[in-house]
This record gives sequence, C-alpha cells and structure tokens, in this order.
Amino acid sequence: MSRPRLIKENSAPLSLAREQLIRIHDLMVKARVLEERLIQMYKQGHGYFWIGGPGEEAFNVPLGLLMKCGEGPAYDYLHAHYRQSATLLALGEEPIGALRQMKNTATDPYSGGRNFAGHFSRRSKNIAPVTSPIEVQYAIAPGTAMAQKRHGGDGITIVTGGDAGTAEGDFASCLIWSSRPANPLPILIIVTNNTWGISTTSDGQHGETNISDRARAFNIPAKTINGNDPVESYQEIQAAMDYVRKERKPYFLEAKVSRLYGHSSASGANFVNEEQDCLRLFEARLEQEGVLSRQQMDEARNRYSEELAAAARTVRDEPQPSGDSIWEHIYAEKK
Amino acid sequence: MANMAQAIRMALHYAEENLGVTDIFGEDVGAPLGGVFTCTQGLKTAWNSPLDERGIIGAAMGLAMAGHRPVAEIQFCDYIYNTIDLLKLAGNTHWATNGDWAMPMVVRTPVGSGIRGSIYHSHSFDATMTHIPGWKVVMPSTPLDAYGLLISACQDPNPVMFLEPKALLRVKGDERIPGEPDDDRALSKMIDAPLGDRSQWKPQWPLVEGFAVPIGKGKVVREGAQATVVSYGRTLPLCAKAAAQLAEEGLSVEVIDLRSLWPYDWELIKASVQKTGRVLFVNEDTEVTNFGEHLVRRTVEELFYSLLAPPRLIAGKFVPGIGLADALEMASVPQQGDITAALRTLCREQP
Ligand SMILES: Cc1ncc(C[n+]2csc(CCOP(=O)(O)OP(=O)(O)O)c2C)c(N)n1
Repeated sequence: MSRPRLIKENSAPLSLAREQLIRIHDLMVKARVLEERLIQMYKQGHGYFWIGGPGEEAFNVPLGLLMKCGEGPAYDYLHAHYRQSATLLALGEEPIGALRQMKNTATDPYSGGRNFAGHFSRRSKNIAPVTSPIEVQYAIAPGTAMAQKRHGGDGITIVTGGDAGTAEGDFASCLIWSSRPANPLPILIIVTNNTWGISTTSDGQHGETNISDRARAFNIPAKTINGNDPVESYQEIQAAMDYVRKERKPYFLEAKVSRLYGHSSASGANFVNEEQDCLRLFEARLEQEGVLSRQQMDEARNRYSEELAAAARTVRDEPQPSGDSIWEHIYAEKK
Repeated sequence: MANMAQAIRMALHYAEENLGVTDIFGEDVGAPLGGVFTCTQGLKTAWNSPLDERGIIGAAMGLAMAGHRPVAEIQFCDYIYNTIDLLKLAGNTHWATNGDWAMPMVVRTPVGSGIRGSIYHSHSFDATMTHIPGWKVVMPSTPLDAYGLLISACQDPNPVMFLEPKALLRVKGDERIPGEPDDDRALSKMIDAPLGDRSQWKPQWPLVEGFAVPIGKGKVVREGAQATVVSYGRTLPLCAKAAAQLAEEGLSVEVIDLRSLWPYDWELIKASVQKTGRVLFVNEDTEVTNFGEHLVRRTVEELFYSLLAPPRLIAGKFVPGIGLADALEMASVPQQGDITAALRTLCREQP
C-alpha cells in the first residue's frame, strides 16, 4: 500500500556531532525495545491494549532532546500524540513508567492505572495529558502558548498529532488560534504523517498535496520533512524551534514517518515489513560512516532488552489500584 | 439595585482585580460589544475570540493548565454542545492524571427560555452538565447570588460551569451587591457602555467587595410547612410567586433555591422534605433524564418514610426544541400557572 514519500533519501552524510548521533541512536534503541516489550506484555495478557510509536523514533527522539524541559510557562509544553514514548524517554522519563501504565498498576506514574497505554502525562515536565479523543490537543495547545507569550522568555508550545486526525475541526482551530493577528502564538504545530488512520489511507481522504500546505493559508511557515531520518529531523526541528522561540509566532512541521506495528493491538500489533524502519536505516548509516559498529549497536539493544525484561518482572508484582481509589482526585483542593 | 448582567460584570471586575483572572474571552466578549448580554462590558482582560466554541473551551483548558485563570464565555448554551468531549476532558483531567493536573477554569453560558429565542437560543444545559463529572455547576436566580457564586467560581481550583438564566439577566435584585451605589441610574452611568461610539468609554467601577456565595449551598427563599419546592434559575422566581399566591389561599410552601447543582445541598432539601413531607422539583430542561429526576430518585430512596405524597417533577416537555411562536414556547417550558397548580394539588394530597 502507500508508503511514506521521502523528500530526501537517507544517504546524505551524517551532519551531527558524533556524540549526538550516538545519543540519538541510544534513545531510539531504548524506545524501540520499550515498545517491543509493551507489545509483548500485551500479547502475554499483561495489559488490555497497546498503542505506541515504533517507527517514529527518528523524529520523536530529536524532538524530546531539543525541548526545553521543565515546569511552567518558562519551559516548553508538549501536547503529545499517543505514539510518543520516544519523546518521553528523550525527556528523561524512565521506561518502567510505560510498563506500569501498560499493567495499569497503582504505581503507574501517568495515571495510577486509570488511562490507556501511551497516554503519558507529567506536570513537572510540562507534558500535558495525552487524550484518547484524537486531535483535541490541537484545541488546547493555543492556551498554553498564550500563557507563554504573556510570560515572556523563550518557552514554546509543541503540539503533535496524526495525519488522519487533521480532518478534525480542532486541527483547523489550532491554525486559526495560533495565527490570529491580534495575538500570534509561539507554537510548533506538528503532524506525524504515517499516511494511515486505522485502516483508512490518506490518499482516499486528503485532497491537499501536503498537509503542511494547509498552514500556508494562515501565513504560517511550514515544511514537510523526512521523519524517518533522525539527522534531518533534528536539524529541521531545531530550525523550527529557533524560529518559534525567537519570533513568538507559529511554525508548522509535517514529518513523514512509518507505522511499524500497525495501528495498535486492535489491528494485531504485528511487524509490517513494507514500511521503512528508521532504526535499521540509521544503523546502516552509522555503521557505514564508522560512528558505531554492529557489535556496539547489538550490545545496546541487548542491554535494553535485559533491562526491560527485568522491569517487566518488577511491574508484574506491583499492586493494582484499589477499587476505592475511584473516589480520589475527582476534584483538586484549594491550596 | 443591579441586574444580573451588571452583577456578573462587577464580579468579573472584582475577580480581575483580586482573584487573578487573566482572560475573559469568547465570541464578542471584548470591546466594543462586551457580550451579547452585556455581561463583559468594560472589563480590562476581556477579548474577542474566533467564532469557534471548541477553540474557546480548548484555549481555556490550556490557559488553566499553564497556571492562568480564564473565564470563557459560550455565547448561548445551545452552542456549547459541540464542545461536549472537551468539557468531559476538562472534568476528567485531574482524575485521569491521578491528581497531577488541575483545571482551574470558569465557563459562563446563558441558558433557558425567556427571550423568544426559538429552537437555538432557548436550550437548557443543566441536565447535560450535571452528567459530566469533575465540574462544579452553579445557576443563580438573583443578581447577588450571581455575584457571589461567580466570585466563588473564580476562586475554585476546579472547572466551574456558571449557567446564566437569560430570562433573569435584566431583572433587578432585591439585595444590594456589597459596594454597589444606592442609585440604579448612577450605577448604570458608571458601568453600562453607552450606545454608539464606545471607543473612548471607560467604566468607573464601584468599590465592590469580595462577597462569596459558597458553591454547594442552597438557600431557603421562603419558609413553609406543607410542601417544599426546589428550583433554580428562571423557574425559581416563579416558584416563589406561586408560594406567595398559595399563602393567600392558606397553603404554606417552602421554597428552596438550589443555586449549586453540583455539588448540591442535599442536607437542605432533606431537612425541608422531612419537615413538609411533600416536594416538587422544578426546572425547564427537558423532562427525560432530567437533573430533577435524580433528585426525585434520591428523595424516594432516602426520604421515603418521611413522604406524605409522591415527589413530583415539573420540567420542560420532551420535544426537540422550543418554537418561536408565543404559544409554542409557553407550552414547552414550565410557566407560573403550571407551578401554582402543581403545588396546590400537592399541598392538598393526603396519604
Ligand atoms: C475523536 C476520535 N475519533 C476516533 C477515534 C478512534 N481512533 C483512534 S486512533 C485513530 C486513527 C488516527 O489516525 P492518525 O490521526 O493518522 O494518527 P495515527 O494513529 O496514524 O498516528 C482513530 C480513528 C479516536 N480515538 N478519537
């Protein structure tokens, strides 16, 4: 079926510092192993549902690395999609948190066993709660961006979502609210385009050539990039962020990415051979340019595999939330 | 005395000055109009948003998440329906994140019949709103309560839905807002925007005080012994009038203004029903799966042995809209006569 149309081939020289390439690779591997562990947990009955981002690491890792991580309007807000475990890891989250959410334990740091897999949330890092209704984050993000504009400084809001979801009105809301002449907002609007909804392909639904073309109608600068290339992603995200930080205006990035295990556990969560694997492509280049050897990369993968297997065993023995806890946190208290 | 629109405006002014309200916004909320019902005229943080209800609720959520204190307006509650999932999210965020993220925001929206608004400007929203957990829901029936409840709403760390009975927005109160001038004309000169060119106009705010009506507390509007009527919003004054008329017939009806729909003052209802043994609930939302039905259910379950008659509900007819013609509107939502007649029957009912 339709594959991501690549803007550039993955053959350009790796134009980032060696340490940075190694760091990106390490996080990509960590994220991939995490997702594979989550899928395995699901398949073994240690979770009810899986949805995640294997295939999007090349874009999501650089995004997390480039964010200004902290709490409050001086730092960047992330209104994320449910496929962004790689961004979370790049922001310093421990992978065991995702396992806990999969196993819906009381220790789940994101929701205490209440929310779906991949639905991260962390106020101390400005990670807004990921929601199941897709695209609502695009309606909410302008609010944090407004607060940041008023606050001053260079904190920005980042909102991400899928291509199919851009048909929702909230996506249009975001373009409109971000580019109001009365108050343009410091917001990086991102669409990760894997060309799929669940089973519906974009070519049957989208008349626009690129989704990023829609930004032009609002005079928002926009680009479509190869999200399967971590170097290109890093550089383009950095340029986009620099623009938003400095100009305090919106910027739009569309990243073409792969969906390596289908939509979610609802569609089987099996590896899809026809999609480009950003990790495999990157590893070939790292090896080719002598940044890392095959052995070093295999070692990284084995290390994370072992770590996550151990984490899964830990999580297995952790308590589930008690039924009584449904009454907790309905309301916030006055402080 | 101030009317409810003026009271809302003064409460918002107080909240801007003292409670950290940062953004009062929505369609036509800023200058020059100051809201289609004039509730936001002259406010310093009021601004006009795009014509986009989902964007309005979404932006309020984002602002609240970033530590601001927004007060969003949806022009008519008829148009808040297209934000339902966002309202659900705003209500469940604190719970879903196990207490990590709070959502301190206020949404104001005019509700109900009374302006001959036809199908799309006469909806009620109390039944739907009380079905969305995580929110607090209030609906005043007097200017002073509007003032006090809005101040409480702006202090609350949770999302609060402030329902404005549009039929009462122009009705003057019997009680003064603390700090409001004695002379109504003087007040109007100070805070009502002039007709015509408003570009140079600035309000002169009276020195109003931080009077708060606690959320969750109802009020006995009139004491009585034979029956209790519980209402809120537009139908409350009708219930009070009915009770006054029935008093002349020698019937004694206790009138409760619920004011807060969630949380609501069950203790007040319970004490009254235990005293009178008879209760009528009145509101104008459509009667099927009505908030009053919940109150009837709870009354039956918890107060059955105190009852001298079955609890009753008068509500809007279960029809798709309220027609424009006078007779259609009158037939769709409870009117004075319906309430008086129902109370008369109830008072005389014997077990
Ligand atoms: C508002 C809403 N409608 C439908 C769904 C069911 N659903 C979950 S994911 C999905 C497809 C989303 O596709 P896309 O936006 O391209 O994101 P992707 O999953 O491909 O990253 C759908 C229809 C939903 N979660 N929310």
